[in-house]
Amino acid sequence: MIIPRVPVQHRRLLPDRRLSGPTPWVIAILMMLTLLAAAAGVGLARSAGAIGNAIAGRVTVQIVTANPATRAGQAAALRRAATARPFVLSARAVGQEELRATLGQWFGSAEGDDPLLKSLPLPALVDIDLAGGDRNGHMRALRALVAREAPGARIIPHAEWLGPVARLIRSLAWIAGAMVLLMTAASAAIVIMTARAALGTHFATIEMLHLIGATDRQITRLFQRRIAIDTAYGIALGSAVAAAILLLIGWQWSGVTAGLAATASLGPAGWALLLALPLLAIALAALTARQTLLAALKKIL
Amino acid sequence: MVEFDGVGLRYGPDAEILSDISFNLQPGSFYFLTGASGAGKTSLLRMLYLAQRPSRGIVRLFGEDLVAMPRHRLPGFRRRIGVVFQDFRLIPHLSARDNIALPLRIAGVSEEDLSGPVGEMLSWIGLGDRAEARPATLSGGEQQRVAIARAVIARPQLLVADEPTGNVDPDMAMRLLGLFEALNRLGTTVVVATHDIHLISRIENAQMMRLERGRLSDPTGALRYPPANRT
Repeated sequence: MIIPRVPVQHRRLLPDRRLSGPTPWVIAILMMLTLLAAAAGVGLARSAGAIGNAIAGRVTVQIVTANPATRAGQAAALRRAATARPFVLSARAVGQEELRATLGQWFGSAEGDDPLLKSLPLPALVDIDLAGGDRNGHMRALRALVAREAPGARIIPHAEWLGPVARLIRSLAWIAGAMVLLMTAASAAIVIMTARAALGTHFATIEMLHLIGATDRQITRLFQRRIAIDTAYGIALGSAVAAAILLLIGWQWSGVTAGLAATASLGPAGWALLLALPLLAIALAALTARQTLLAALKKIL
Repeated sequence: MVEFDGVGLRYGPDAEILSDISFNLQPGSFYFLTGASGAGKTSLLRMLYLAQRPSRGIVRLFGEDLVAMPRHRLPGFRRRIGVVFQDFRLIPHLSARDNIALPLRIAGVSEEDLSGPVGEMLSWIGLGDRAEARPATLSGGEQQRVAIARAVIARPQLLVADEPTGNVDPDMAMRLLGLFEALNRLGTTVVVATHDIHLISRIENAQMMRLERGRLSDPTGALRYPPANRT
């Protein structure tokens, strides 16, 4: 039981006021930071996973043959040949209009109709998604295919340039996870200090309870219950503030649909973890208080 | 009932504050423990009410060796011992009724079953009309009567009192002594530590245990070998 049952008459053995002073407020702040760090960690981990999956088997073949007609022909031949291969999931030739529209964003022409842009010779690009399994073998086969259909073309694996970004995001996720662990440890330390302070403050009562035959278990349950309740107030407050912040961020995030940002989300498991964290925190506080109290009481005969 | 054999007590590396304490307390007897300040009375009483284990020797209580007894068994023995302190040690935020009911609640007696005995005890100590009063609003004598009621509500076999009349006036001291005597007549073994020589003379058949510099004075051997035990 997270918060132990104690008969009402026994609860009165401790004064009505809270035992733990500012502890609930400190716990509230730590809980809020823990939840935000956990949310960031989950979001970043999912983002890193999504990017990793997306880029792991994707390559772009860049055909730079000078003659536009030859270039277009090689691109079409490569796409057809690649599509027929079992190690290729999909192959798509990127249209020249699409390329110009992309480049147009840098030339100040969103439509890609800038005369200068139109005059530029653009390479032909073929995006290819490789099947899973023997990725190295698939790459060797693709290189052979490209050498046959479009000699001189460059093969650009997306993992080469997006891989470091994915690794960075993954590192940030680990840091967020470490922060969750550190703040959990700090919360436990605060509960330990609170339990010890409560024992010191109420030592006379504890000594008297011992002398009239109270067991360690009876005394521990009394204090454990009160500390767990005090801590639960802090956890509830911290969780509520964190939930408000996450909902606000989620609402703002929903407007971001482009690029890497669109890959960040919590997912059902992430939300379940965030919901479970406050309950785990209360259980941890109660358990920590119990062990601290029992250890301290054992020092008294 | 209580047997001390060659008991010594020291705190840390210092010299023993109690040495070679041997006595045998008889059921239903009344004992005064006397001695100068610092003679070790409180330390001896702490061993009697199981707040302290001896450094050496044998302590047997209710027929069981307490020195080697595992800690988790001690509460059961403590429930058979009542303790009264000079400074009362009432729980300040509880009423007189709740302070008196404490040992029964700890022992798991239901609220239904404890209301009768607690009411009787309040009447016995003359505080029936102050049942809901907090200790801070009671006089020293009233607080000590509540403390005595708390010590005896669970009908202990042994009652230990450490200077119980030290903080009350002489009249109240006599009334409190009357309570101890009444309990003793009901069969409770009573040990009272006191400086008050007048108090000692008021109880017939009371035996005196005198501590001098950590040693028990027992020139006739009556404490170690009570007449009832002699062969």
